[in-house]
Amino acid sequence: MSSATDSTTRFSRGPDANGFYGDFGGRFVAETLMPLILELEEAWEWSRTDEAFRRELEGYQRDYIGRATPLYYAQRLTEHLGGAKIYFKREDLNHTGAHKINNCIGQILLARKMGKRRIIAETGAGMHGVATATVAARFGMECVIYMGATDIERQQPNVFRMKLLGAEVIPVESGTGTLKDAMNEALRDWVTNVDSTFYLIGTVAGPHPYPAMVRNFQSVIGRETREQILEKEGRLPDTLMACIGGGSNAMGLFHPMLDDDSVHMIGVEAAGHGIETGEHAASLNGGEPGVLHGNRTFLLQSVDGQITDAHSVSAGLDYPGIGPEHAWLHTQKRVEYVSITDHEAIEAFKLCCELEGIIPALESAHSLAHLKKIAPGLPGDHLIVLNMSGRGDKDMASVANWLEQHGDTDKLPNTTVEAAEPGRIDDMQPPHDVAKKTGETE
Amino acid sequence: MATRITRRLEALKAEDRAALVTFTMAGDPNYQASLDTLKGLPGAGADIIELGMPFTDPMADGPAIQKAALRALKGEHTQQKTLEMVREFRREDQDTPIVLMGYYNPIYRYGVEAFLKDAGEAGIDGLIVVDLPPEHDSELCLPAARAGIDFIRLATPTTDDKRLPRVLENTSGFIYYVSVAGVTGTAAPTPESVERSITRIRAHTDLPIAVGFGIRSAEQAAAIGRFADAVVVGSALISCIEQADSVEAGTRDVHALVRELSKGVRSARLTPA
Ligand SMILES: Cc1ncc(COP(=O)(O)O)c(C=O)c1O
Repeated sequence: MSSATDSTTRFSRGPDANGFYGDFGGRFVAETLMPLILELEEAWEWSRTDEAFRRELEGYQRDYIGRATPLYYAQRLTEHLGGAKIYFKREDLNHTGAHKINNCIGQILLARKMGKRRIIAETGAGMHGVATATVAARFGMECVIYMGATDIERQQPNVFRMKLLGAEVIPVESGTGTLKDAMNEALRDWVTNVDSTFYLIGTVAGPHPYPAMVRNFQSVIGRETREQILEKEGRLPDTLMACIGGGSNAMGLFHPMLDDDSVHMIGVEAAGHGIETGEHAASLNGGEPGVLHGNRTFLLQSVDGQITDAHSVSAGLDYPGIGPEHAWLHTQKRVEYVSITDHEAIEAFKLCCELEGIIPALESAHSLAHLKKIAPGLPGDHLIVLNMSGRGDKDMASVANWLEQHGDTDKLPNTTVEAAEPGRIDDMQPPHDVAKKTGETE
Repeated sequence: MATRITRRLEALKAEDRAALVTFTMAGDPNYQASLDTLKGLPGAGADIIELGMPFTDPMADGPAIQKAALRALKGEHTQQKTLEMVREFRREDQDTPIVLMGYYNPIYRYGVEAFLKDAGEAGIDGLIVVDLPPEHDSELCLPAARAGIDFIRLATPTTDDKRLPRVLENTSGFIYYVSVAGVTGTAAPTPESVERSITRIRAHTDLPIAVGFGIRSAEQAAAIGRFADAVVVGSALISCIEQADSVEAGTRDVHALVRELSKGVRSARLTPA
């Protein structure tokens, strides 16, 4: 196609020198942090061309993370849905159980290079916290993880994992006690301990160079996918799909193929109870441009510019913003952004367990739910690659809770149901209402 | 044309004393009480008033100012109401400079040009926007300068000699030296180390230098006021509101502390160091 050369420079080249993707991105931070952010940018630029750094990174990717991850043909799901041919990129098979560690290993090598001894991070689902605690242990560094109090509640196993790995987990009570509040608190720590501390941001958000740096560390997902699908199918996929919290697993999958015009891309946001209810985490489909956490992007906010709380059954998607590159790709219409409700995600979660023997992370279940909607209508030679961003072990309590609240109790261990029933009646959402609500969004 | 801020600071320089700059949050604990507090500040001894614009995610602020912002927002405070407060204040006081301080998003959502126009008309003299470093001067700093509103920048312990010129470049009114790397409300460093930093900054600029972060008492204000052009007190005043038994008591306690701080600032250069 004649447009191929134009697009080569069009979509993958960002950001510019100030960290902007079109109007989005930038470095909207307090002056205290600016010198350090510039220093980080310098170190990162150095690492991009340094041969020894690349070799060391690849060594850890192979021997510590366990890369390359497989590109797996999901045969039973393909047959069940009866349309497109479905592959999973198995990021759930990484060490620590999600894509998050791809980024952590890269950033900790930079932290070491910059002479920092103390690592801080924010976490939502706890997967980034666990991955950060893991690499901090491996490199012998002090590690402090900020986690919202609500998230601590719903992701207990991960809190325990982080502690076992030697990290200090600090509960954040402000706001709704979720990811955004954890990020505020991490930023406050960073301003206070700017000399000693490296802030290891877990997604493609924050001030430049984080969005580009995290994307590049995650791009190993898309590079491998490209190679693997060429090997298996002799051509590029027709559609890529990934869930979006801040957007790092999606950017990692998409970026190496952004300039391949034939590859359609779909990012899946969390619609929580439904966009129309106002209780969701879909920044692109339900937000407006604004400035938060160091960058300009789409945000859930009031008309007066106050940030509103996100909602999702999945802690890893429960964030009122999105990486600035996604905001740009959205306005450029290069990537399609859709949203999936809690209810739809849970249904897809169950289907994946039963058909493929893979317990997906609730985050990944959002992209599975959209897959469920579109695959049946596509021809059998349409290739879809879905990023299985993580595994669902961490989500057992959340899923059990949800099923119990919605009267879907046949698989629950008796103890859970009985212990929870008496005091829980008031919290219960009538299953029919919720089903109706979700029905209406479709 | 000299702005109110410049005129005030020049007058105080002629008197050989530092300015007392107070910070309170608009709408905290409610609109009327924060307006009453505001109106009484000049009488209690505030020379320049910083008024916080509440924001849900004040990531450079400590617990005291975070809570103040949330109290204000809980009372449905808005940017419009902040401007309205200033308009009401200006009916009685045309001389005391008012600087709005906060984060960029509420201004961005209001619309930069519309905000500057309304702020200018309301009688606002300067802006401090924490998350707009000089790298983003085209967003608000330069438009503010064109609208005749001072854009006051923060310099911090991490702003080294290489970076200072960039920070100072488009700053007007005064420069605000944040004496510690940290969030608002953290403990202040020793006056000696602050004085060394001020000397370093003076080598780069003729702008008046205000010092803030961690100043809570008249003694501290006096110690800093010996060498700084202005002394900023925020969290200590906000804490008065948080701890008061009633809304009226909060206002009264703020004014009482301002009177004390003012004595500290006024006495600073009368006694030998
Ligand atoms: C398994 C998994 N997938 C996806 C996400 C969302 O993050 P991102 O959008 O940056 O990939 C998370 C975040 O915690 C996660 O744990």
